[in-house]
Amino acid sequence: MPGHPAAAAGPVLIAEDIHKRFGDLTVLRGVTLSAAAGEVIAVIGSSGSGKSTLLRCLNFLEIPDRGRIVVDGEEFPVPTGRAGGLTGAERRRIVRLRSKLGMVFQGFNLWAHLTVAQNVAEGPVRVLKRGKAAAREEAMALLEKVGLEDKYDSYPAQLSGGQQQRVAIARALAMRPKVLLFDEPTSSLDPELVGEVLRVMRDLAREGRTMIVVTHEMGFAREASDRTIFLHRGRIEEEGPPAELFGAPKSARLRQFLFSSM
Amino acid sequence: MIPEILRFGDTGFGDELVAGALVTLEIALYSLAIGLGLGLTAAGAKLSRSRVLRGIAETYSLLIRGIPELLIILLVYYSGGAAVEALLGLFGHDGGFDFNKRLAGSLALGLIFGAFASEVFRGALIAVPKGQIEAALAIGMTRRQVFLRVRFPQMLRFALPGLGNLWMVLLKDTSLVSVIALDELMRETSVAAEATQRPFEFYLAATVLYLLLTIVSDVFRARLERRANRGIAGEAAPRRLLRRGV
Repeated sequence: MPGHPAAAAGPVLIAEDIHKRFGDLTVLRGVTLSAAAGEVIAVIGSSGSGKSTLLRCLNFLEIPDRGRIVVDGEEFPVPTGRAGGLTGAERRRIVRLRSKLGMVFQGFNLWAHLTVAQNVAEGPVRVLKRGKAAAREEAMALLEKVGLEDKYDSYPAQLSGGQQQRVAIARALAMRPKVLLFDEPTSSLDPELVGEVLRVMRDLAREGRTMIVVTHEMGFAREASDRTIFLHRGRIEEEGPPAELFGAPKSARLRQFLFSSM
Repeated sequence: MIPEILRFGDTGFGDELVAGALVTLEIALYSLAIGLGLGLTAAGAKLSRSRVLRGIAETYSLLIRGIPELLIILLVYYSGGAAVEALLGLFGHDGGFDFNKRLAGSLALGLIFGAFASEVFRGALIAVPKGQIEAALAIGMTRRQVFLRVRFPQMLRFALPGLGNLWMVLLKDTSLVSVIALDELMRETSVAAEATQRPFEFYLAATVLYLLLTIVSDVFRARLERRANRGIAGEAAPRRLLRRGV
């Protein structure tokens, strides 16, 4: 994706020295990454490399053990609440951070008891305190954008996986996030449904959205990302423009990974 | 067609039985309200990180479930009466106080309902798929919003079958509060049966009234379950979700 005019404005998201351990298992050993406005970053790596955990640390769905997050110039220090008890101020800051980052999950996670339109309007109404009518109207527009204008009043269970994931993308967009986080968005889809979701994601990339995409879709990483990061055992092993990473991988591990996943 | 003794008015006990059935329903509804509140609170406490809260909730549900219902009713009635009397005594009020029987009965049955309901709610809260809650967190909802907007409504479809069951048990357990001489259906029936020496007719009539209450409740339960399962095709949905391990 060549030159984004906004890229000069400085990073929208900075994650610095992120560490995360689950009990005895160290998952992230100091990962630093930053995303410029409009940049699309693909994060690849074998399972267990820590890529999903990294993404979940960015919006504090997992609280990192160490590190700092900066979104849109606003600093979000890692909460240090003891024994799992966070302070009120920390909670408020976490909620604020999350509302700035949109997340799309591997398993869609649409709210099963709400219709498609309600799913998309829920965040704007409850979190951003927007009017219901305006939120619904915007939900309609977003659903049209992802090609689901005829599904407003359906329930998630009535949709295919690909349709559900497109609704989930619309739901994330409705929050007007600074950065969109994708956690293996196509991994639980039937092969024939992967294309429709990737198409929507490519459109978003082309629009100049800032995106961090954890993915197994090497094709997407190669063609749609501005920068690809290869994560190995909780560290960034190699990063750079996808043409370089895929064309001339420097590290032996990356070569091996690419060889086994092609 | 209806025997003289079951008619309404001065000659029959029909109106007394219906009044008793209404009291039964009233007690059951009060107990339900108390029990749902207690049950949900206790379930929340059982799932909380605090060991103290967990301990209190576990003790409550273990104690109540381990003591015969009849005994609980008597304990609440007499201890409640004593407590109110002691309280009034503090204010210089003297003499006996008739601890409101309906209050005592509802409180006792509510305590019982709550103890069992806490297990139903606990299971239902756990059954809500984690992804549903994560999606709510990720969008920036507060803990309160996550509970009210996602966890509670989604939990209902898992809880309703169990709660429906407990409601049936509760409806019948109201007959136990006749021991504190509360004029609900069972007591009205036995008073009438004794006065007329026609037990069979009256107990049969009471049976019909209890069944009527049950049938009406079941219609309600089915409607509520349909509503809670909206969006998830068919009533077998929870089971299907569980099987998929979602």
